[in-house]
Amino acid sequence: MSQDQYILAIETSCDETAVAIVKNERELVTNVVASQIESHKRFGGVVPEIASRHHIEQITITLEEALKEADLTIDDMDAITVTEGPGLVGALLVGVNAAKSIAFAKQKPLVGVHHIAGHIYANRLEKEFEFPLLSLVVSGGHTELILMREHGSYEIIGETRDDAAGEAYDKVARTLRLPYPGGPEIDRLAAEGEESIDFPRAWLEQGSYDFSFSGLKSAVINRLHNADQKGEKLRPEDIASSFQASVVDVLSTKAYRAAEEYGVKQLIVAGGVAANKGLRKALVDKFEESETELLIPPMHLCTDNAAMIAAAGAVAFNQGHRSGWDLNANPGLDLEQYGNRKYAAEKSP
Amino acid sequence: MNILSIDTSNYVMGVAVVKSGIVIGEYTTNIKKNHSIRLMPAIDQLMKETNTLPEELDRIAVAQGPGSYTGVRIGLTTAKTMAWALDIPVVGVSSLEAVAGQGLFFDGYICPFFDARRGRVYTGLYNNRMEIVKPETNISMEDWLKELQNLDKQVLFLSQDVQVYEDMVRDTIGAQAVIPDGPYHFARPSLIAFAAQRKEPESLHELVPNYLRLPEAEAKWLAQQEK
Ligand SMILES: [Zn+2]
Repeated sequence: MSQDQYILAIETSCDETAVAIVKNERELVTNVVASQIESHKRFGGVVPEIASRHHIEQITITLEEALKEADLTIDDMDAITVTEGPGLVGALLVGVNAAKSIAFAKQKPLVGVHHIAGHIYANRLEKEFEFPLLSLVVSGGHTELILMREHGSYEIIGETRDDAAGEAYDKVARTLRLPYPGGPEIDRLAAEGEESIDFPRAWLEQGSYDFSFSGLKSAVINRLHNADQKGEKLRPEDIASSFQASVVDVLSTKAYRAAEEYGVKQLIVAGGVAANKGLRKALVDKFEESETELLIPPMHLCTDNAAMIAAAGAVAFNQGHRSGWDLNANPGLDLEQYGNRKYAAEKSP
Repeated sequence: MNILSIDTSNYVMGVAVVKSGIVIGEYTTNIKKNHSIRLMPAIDQLMKETNTLPEELDRIAVAQGPGSYTGVRIGLTTAKTMAWALDIPVVGVSSLEAVAGQGLFFDGYICPFFDARRGRVYTGLYNNRMEIVKPETNISMEDWLKELQNLDKQVLFLSQDVQVYEDMVRDTIGAQAVIPDGPYHFARPSLIAFAAQRKEPESLHELVPNYLRLPEAEAKWLAQQEK
């Protein structure tokens, strides 16, 4: 590139108001995240209306902070990108309308980005992609195996049939009366416990890359209930450890099998649960001897952030994708459809 | 002064361009649908037709609520972020005041209201100099009408939801109530621009919706703390 390209991104799909700037597709310039986690703690989970209210309080402050930190102005930006879905609709709306307003005010190109595409592309800020690649996306709302044959193309080869892995973590954490958010708490307890209870692993049909975690969740709840009735004492550490072993075993085994079958060059782990130490370790062990290179983003790029949206948005922008002024929040946006319609609209400047 | 005004706080979606005190263009629909999809194309079209470039704007005016939580946020996010990007002031105007402005020539009190469901309304009482007589509130219509009984002047009721409460209003305060027909029940975006012209802009970052109501989860949580 003869001239540097700057992409601004906004992400407000859940409970983080985030703004980032990425330079030349892969270089992170600034990544500001205003977390609301403290505000939602008292409710034991994210309250959508409260999340939306915080987003509108934070949005211009976060934008200003990002530009100040980068010592750049909106005029330096080549495109404005934003998470259009999936996520909480009221929360997404703040980001989408903010992005449209900046793009309109400064007559800049506008590009809507799929949240999960963002999670995958977070890794490209660390290491260049080599295709074909496989991505294991694990978060509060997602558990998917996604095959990418080239930039901007997404093929879902496996997904959860019921709960997402992160959801199972949250529910088990609640049963164990752990503080919110429960995922990291279970991960921490698991490291101190012993895998002494044999919880089920849902492998599903032969050759399937789909997942199911609702049976496991019920098994944990039943086991605790039975112990209670018999007056038997179970250590929460051991429950956490045994539960996590089951989740991690299924995730890493299926990811490994798929990586072998499709002969991928890289396995990219993405989403909030990628921060899980148990999962990281299991994957590192599994892929130690493999030809497939294992990529796990650093912690600050695992959880929701806007840098990942800028990274995915930059590629979409350079592939010619433009959103129109009618861009809307799309809480159920489908990843494959999103990938396929990439070159469709041609409306904003 | 060139002002762009925006209102998506209720069924009405309105956009106006006012230049040096003259309404150059105004766009209004009254369908509670897809404000998020339709707002920016409407702004784009009106700006183009009135030959206005974004950088020629001096001020953005916006209906600040009360109204639909999501609707208020769409307009306010747009106004606030656009003003921030253009480095110009943004002024929030009460969505109720925007409706009350339609009664400017009425010799009495003006009561704009929005249905807030389950017998409750968002409302307030204005005089025809657009001064607040009774502060804006979220209240049951029954209680509100009791407050309006025995005022020294007639009361003009203006609301997109006027049919919902028309019988109750007439039964309670009878001849004291004036309920017009026609287009006066809907906020005009140009009135928001004029109201914003009179007001001193406040801090852009601190401009937030006037919801007049706590989120349900928070109200429950607070009630629980008191026990
Ligand atoms: Zn996420």
